[in-house]
Amino acid sequence: MRVAHHRINSSLDDRIFMGVVYFLLTIMLLIVLYPLYFVLVASFSDPTYVNSGYFLLYPKGFTTLGYERVFGDARIWTGYLNTIIYTVCGTLLGVASCIMAGYALSRKDLAGRNIIMGIFVFTMYFSGGLIPFYMVIKSLNLTNTRLLMVILGSVSVYNIITVRSFFSSTIPTELQEAAFIDGCGNARFFFSVVLPLSHAIMAVIALYLAVGYWNAYFNAMIFITDRTKFPLQIYLREILLTAKTAEATPSAGQDAETIAMLEKLVEVVKYGVIVISTLPIICMYPFLQKYFIKGVMIGAIKG
Amino acid sequence: MAVNQKQIRLNAMQGKTPGIRQHKSLKSIRKNYVLYLFLLPAALYIAIFAYAPMYGIQLSFKSFSPGLGIWGSPWVGLKWWRTFLNSPRFGQIFMNTITISLYSLVAGFPMPIILALLLNSISAMKYKRFVQTVTYMPHFISVVVLVGMISVFFSPRSGFINTIISAFGGSPIYFLGEPGMFKHLYVWSGVWQGTGWGSIIYVAALTGVSPELHESAMIDGANKLKRIWHIDIPTILPTMVILLILNSGHIMNVGFEKVFLMQNSLNLNVAEVISTYTYKIGLIQAEYSYSTAIGLFNNIINFVILIGVNAISKKLSGSSLW
Repeated sequence: MRVAHHRINSSLDDRIFMGVVYFLLTIMLLIVLYPLYFVLVASFSDPTYVNSGYFLLYPKGFTTLGYERVFGDARIWTGYLNTIIYTVCGTLLGVASCIMAGYALSRKDLAGRNIIMGIFVFTMYFSGGLIPFYMVIKSLNLTNTRLLMVILGSVSVYNIITVRSFFSSTIPTELQEAAFIDGCGNARFFFSVVLPLSHAIMAVIALYLAVGYWNAYFNAMIFITDRTKFPLQIYLREILLTAKTAEATPSAGQDAETIAMLEKLVEVVKYGVIVISTLPIICMYPFLQKYFIKGVMIGAIKG
Repeated sequence: MAVNQKQIRLNAMQGKTPGIRQHKSLKSIRKNYVLYLFLLPAALYIAIFAYAPMYGIQLSFKSFSPGLGIWGSPWVGLKWWRTFLNSPRFGQIFMNTITISLYSLVAGFPMPIILALLLNSISAMKYKRFVQTVTYMPHFISVVVLVGMISVFFSPRSGFINTIISAFGGSPIYFLGEPGMFKHLYVWSGVWQGTGWGSIIYVAALTGVSPELHESAMIDGANKLKRIWHIDIPTILPTMVILLILNSGHIMNVGFEKVFLMQNSLNLNVAEVISTYTYKIGLIQAEYSYSTAIGLFNNIINFVILIGVNAISKKLSGSSLW
């Protein structure tokens, strides 16, 4: 297309058209970017400006008071720790089980693979519903356990299909047949040939799972009652969406001035909390973007 | 390209590849037992967390009592279904679900396509990449944080949205307490979050267009707009159809999390959807059987829609899920 560009001078309507394209793209860019930028700026701003709804372009009355409150809040630390545990363990478990299952299902010589695939895929479109699911977990005595938080969400049929498509297109049947003639077995072939070739897909699946675990809140909401096991998102909900902020419920022994100050900080604290809970993912993301996109592409083949 | 491979894969899934299975299968199972071990963790997960709950579906035709268990509880036929269909809230909840869902689809479906077409037509690669990176970002924000952002931005007292409205001479709106605003907030925040991510697949499909096609169209005097219309859009049409089918399969699945978090006492009449209602009836009011029946009702409608849309699409465009 660029070659063509040089050959033919762009006409007037093309230039107008390109102007419109750039204009629209920039509008879209700003609409997405500004709210994100605003959160960051507001988290460093003086509560007085934030509370009165200033349209901020840069931090006004720079302060880190909000962050001091955020880091002083034990809930954030507990939540962070739990979320890291659930994310790391869950992701490891999920990657292992999805890669293994996806590989097995990619093998054309696996007897019954279409039936197994059908059984798996069916669950993407039909489920028992919330209550039966809840009762199963309850009967297994898994409620209120960290184990449940790690297991739930580790296996997804969508990811298995993604892995399967990846292997179907990267591991030629000839390679496997040749290895088998040389006396290589399934296990050895998987560990010494397939795994070294699957770094890209492992990264994709790991990232998808990690984001999922990091952001998950529903399962914890219905299954976890022990506050020491709450993941970050449950505490975020308390801080962001219910009035149960530590700041808004003044404890005894604080003078009126401190209470007023704390109340003023509520909004700034909210912005600070959003920043520190989302930052790990947003920071990682530009470096890992290509893997995410790769995942979407492999997933697209699957449909 | 993506879609062609998809078709091939789907055909393979249906067993259209010439099979050499039959009586060899026992021998092959023994030979490949390691592969079945590989499948075991995933299969266990699916058995326990997806299939075991299906056993509980019978509750929707029973009157559950904890002492008797799922199996022992007495059958009551279609009692819960009648209760739900005759309940005064049924119409409201059903309509809320459909409205929110269709609105999301209508507003959210074209946006990624537009973004992808725009991105595809610019030649400044750096700017293109920057726009892509930024627009993908909201996808990674959790639902809790997203709803938190909505609530602070749209707050009547301290939200900057109302500052803008006031600056243009309007009076502040209490967006979160205004029932009429609920669906707009829900849908457009979703569009904000999902447009960039949704565009990835179309951007990729567009890179598959051969440059020669554009060149010869240019020689024939087609301007950019015409080329988008006659070359780019037909290229991504199959992708659009597939995604439309997939999305319609979720018409009755308004995600629980976001709606639930956005609900408050003021907007509940417009914000109660089937999934949140199932949760409240089931886990808050502990009416297990009734909740299961509502969930099953929802599930069946979804399934029927998916099959229907898929069949229509197969007939019209040849693209389908199976």
